[in-house]
Amino acid sequence: MDILTDSKPSNNTQELIIEGAGCASCVGKIEAALKNINGVDSAEMNFALRTVSISGNVASEKLIKAIENIGYNAKSSNDSSDDKLLDEKEVADEKYYASLMKQMWVALGLGIPLMIYSLFGGPMTVETSLERGVWLIIGIACAAIMYFAGKHFYIGAWKSLVNHSANMDTLIALGTGTAWFYSMIVVFFPMVLPEMARHVYFEATAMIIGLINLGLALEVKARGKTSEAIKRLIGLQAKTARVVRDNKEIDIAIEQVLLNDIVRIRPGEKVPVDGVVTQGHTAIDESMLTGEPMPVEKGEGDEIVAGTLNKSGSILSKATRVGKDTAIAQIINMVKRAQNSKPPIGRLADIISAYFVPVIMIISIVSALVWLNFGPDPVLAYAVVSATTVLIIACPCALGLATPMSVMVGVGKAAEAGVLIRNGEALQTASKITAMILDKTGTITEGAPKVTDIIVADENYTEQNILIIAGSIESGSEHPLAQAIVDSATEQSLELEKITDFQAIAGHGVTAKLNGQPLLFGNQKLMLKNGIALNDFVAKAQQLADEAKTPMYLAIDNKLAAIIAVSDPIKKDSIAAIKRLQASGIRVVMLTGDNRATANAVAKKVGIKEVYAEVLPEEKSNKVTELQAQGEIVGMTGDGINDAPALAIANVGFAIGTGTDVAIESADITLMRGSLHGLADAIAVSKATLRNIKQNLFGAFIYNVAGVPFAAGILYPFFGLMLNPVVAGAAMAFSSLTVVSNANRLRFFKPQEH
Amino acid sequence: MLLINLIGLGLIVLIIWWFWLYKPQSTEVTDNTDRSEITVIVENGTYQPAHISLQEDKPLTINFIRKDASPCAATVLFPDLEISADLPINKEFSVQLPAMKKGEYAFHCQMKMYSGTIVVK
Repeated sequence: MDILTDSKPSNNTQELIIEGAGCASCVGKIEAALKNINGVDSAEMNFALRTVSISGNVASEKLIKAIENIGYNAKSSNDSSDDKLLDEKEVADEKYYASLMKQMWVALGLGIPLMIYSLFGGPMTVETSLERGVWLIIGIACAAIMYFAGKHFYIGAWKSLVNHSANMDTLIALGTGTAWFYSMIVVFFPMVLPEMARHVYFEATAMIIGLINLGLALEVKARGKTSEAIKRLIGLQAKTARVVRDNKEIDIAIEQVLLNDIVRIRPGEKVPVDGVVTQGHTAIDESMLTGEPMPVEKGEGDEIVAGTLNKSGSILSKATRVGKDTAIAQIINMVKRAQNSKPPIGRLADIISAYFVPVIMIISIVSALVWLNFGPDPVLAYAVVSATTVLIIACPCALGLATPMSVMVGVGKAAEAGVLIRNGEALQTASKITAMILDKTGTITEGAPKVTDIIVADENYTEQNILIIAGSIESGSEHPLAQAIVDSATEQSLELEKITDFQAIAGHGVTAKLNGQPLLFGNQKLMLKNGIALNDFVAKAQQLADEAKTPMYLAIDNKLAAIIAVSDPIKKDSIAAIKRLQASGIRVVMLTGDNRATANAVAKKVGIKEVYAEVLPEEKSNKVTELQAQGEIVGMTGDGINDAPALAIANVGFAIGTGTDVAIESADITLMRGSLHGLADAIAVSKATLRNIKQNLFGAFIYNVAGVPFAAGILYPFFGLMLNPVVAGAAMAFSSLTVVSNANRLRFFKPQEH
Repeated sequence: MLLINLIGLGLIVLIIWWFWLYKPQSTEVTDNTDRSEITVIVENGTYQPAHISLQEDKPLTINFIRKDASPCAATVLFPDLEISADLPINKEFSVQLPAMKKGEYAFHCQMKMYSGTIVVK
């Protein structure tokens, strides 16, 4: 489900991007079609930019339809790109911060002097008519402050009340309103109150409004930081692209790049859109997406993705995905969605939030009634203070913010490490994984067999000769291991020779002739069958097999010439990453369709004790359920294509991508780099995030659970202590700031790579 | 004193009724085109209208206009639909919802201070 922006009918000029307009004659046709629409005043097309600007009062959908009717495609030039939205958001936040700070100073301007006055024993009571006059003026000043600095609380409280809902504004408005009203009654009708209760609380009203504004302002600042990761991702996108149109290179806005456009990317520039290199050769730094530090070589026919950095050469690339379809745009979209989704742990807080404010209002009334019925004199003053303090100290915000803030930072942090987490649920489950199943091929190993050893048995040949001969034989074979040998030969730019009489013998190997010489290439069985003496090379071959390699014998002229070993090499950091997983208490299991000997050898090398070999692809998901039946919370890591059913059935499916070729939709968590460290990082980040959420929830719960009874005056009967409403205001203002700041601590989380 | 206690209890009952028991009226979206559309203003701690009702199997476009600068108002979530959007300030932003089955779908800000429901009939 995409979130789209529509442009509404307006009198403004709007811009459309036209696709499929290949010739200058299209211009007239498109302009005419648009001008024919009722309400279009003018339509002008810029052929070089492939844009048309239209003025008139017509919805863009209608314009697009008209253009489609004459055989072109059009889209609205996106004026709400992530980048621009983000800039606008920052400007708006800055403005909001400034206005909150101004309101704070105004409120504290009155609150602080009054507070100091009362702290130094100044009488806050109304006895003489002079005092009444002075307090009346202060009361009016306080009302002015409530209007200027606290208007938003009162309006918000009123609007939500009318809507049968209640929020933080309700509590603040009720609390400060009660204090002010009571004080005004004291000023106007002191006689209706007992002498001891003639106390004014204007300082509380002003201070609370000031402090809460300060808390909100600081929260705005702190919140800005929680979206740093997504900001960085959005910042990866280039703003302009240099496209070749009509044999000229022109710079255009990124939104205007069309599918199949040829884009020039010079060294030092970001790749603007996903594409295929059509000319040139370069090295591309993909670390910002994959976390893989080494630049990747790219030549003609190779795919490049938007947001990566061109390091060395100037290349031309044909755009294959533009706009919202590029990998980076999809990643941003997914991260954003995940950041806004809630893990199950947050649901309790949600349920509480829904009842929180009315419950606090009820507690506040109950507390006032208790004071009135059982409290010491002046009962009314105590009742007012306790009711006000309860309303002020309760902070639904801290509770509401606890989960989303941590998820926001945690998911962002993971994305920075090349780990894409689908949603809050995946994040939470990943933190609880007890068993991890790793597919062998492509997950623990590179997934591409390579020639690892050439042992020459006959001094007449060099390694190169052997490789040429073996490569020549195997160029006719379709066996996967054969491909590794051919690749190895071509990699060394060796020229293969023509062979004759090629014959494949199932389960043995192949025979052929080169310049009349008979060749045998295959396993031990093939050699023994043909009476080739292997001598002590059998032991050498066994040693290779123990190292998870597949040895093959080459005999030339019925004499053993060499052993060539092929293997799927283990990724260089698999061992370390698996150690990290095991160190965090996870049972690591290897699963493979490969034969037992190779599987055991690989497992031994990477330190995995539990191996399931020769598992058919369709049986992989059974192994997942088997472990689940043992009570394990199972993570399954695979390439996302062959292992899709097992990934789906596991508690958390991890799809391992190589480079940026990621199947984002196929798994709960996508690892954008091939290294298994990504897996360990994902689990480490999710554990850290869950810990952070728990801290936040605990803090918010304790704060409210402990704060409210204090505010109601539970300490009074024992210690004669009553919480000052101003202190409650300060505590409340800073409780949500604490939550946001604690979530921000996650930004400094660094997974250990060793 | 009795009177005060009664007033207090009355207030409590009123709170319970007003916030929990009262079933709010919802704004019905009736639209004969294939996509229903409604504008929701985000301001002063509320969505206006906050309760929207529509027919089953009709996709809905909600045009949010956020007038509240508070960061609470910035994100709107539709948890059941796994949709979320960041609302720009003082600017219309359309969120496209798919056709929904009968039921109630909540939408709210991250902290549930702003909240609304879509009732699909």
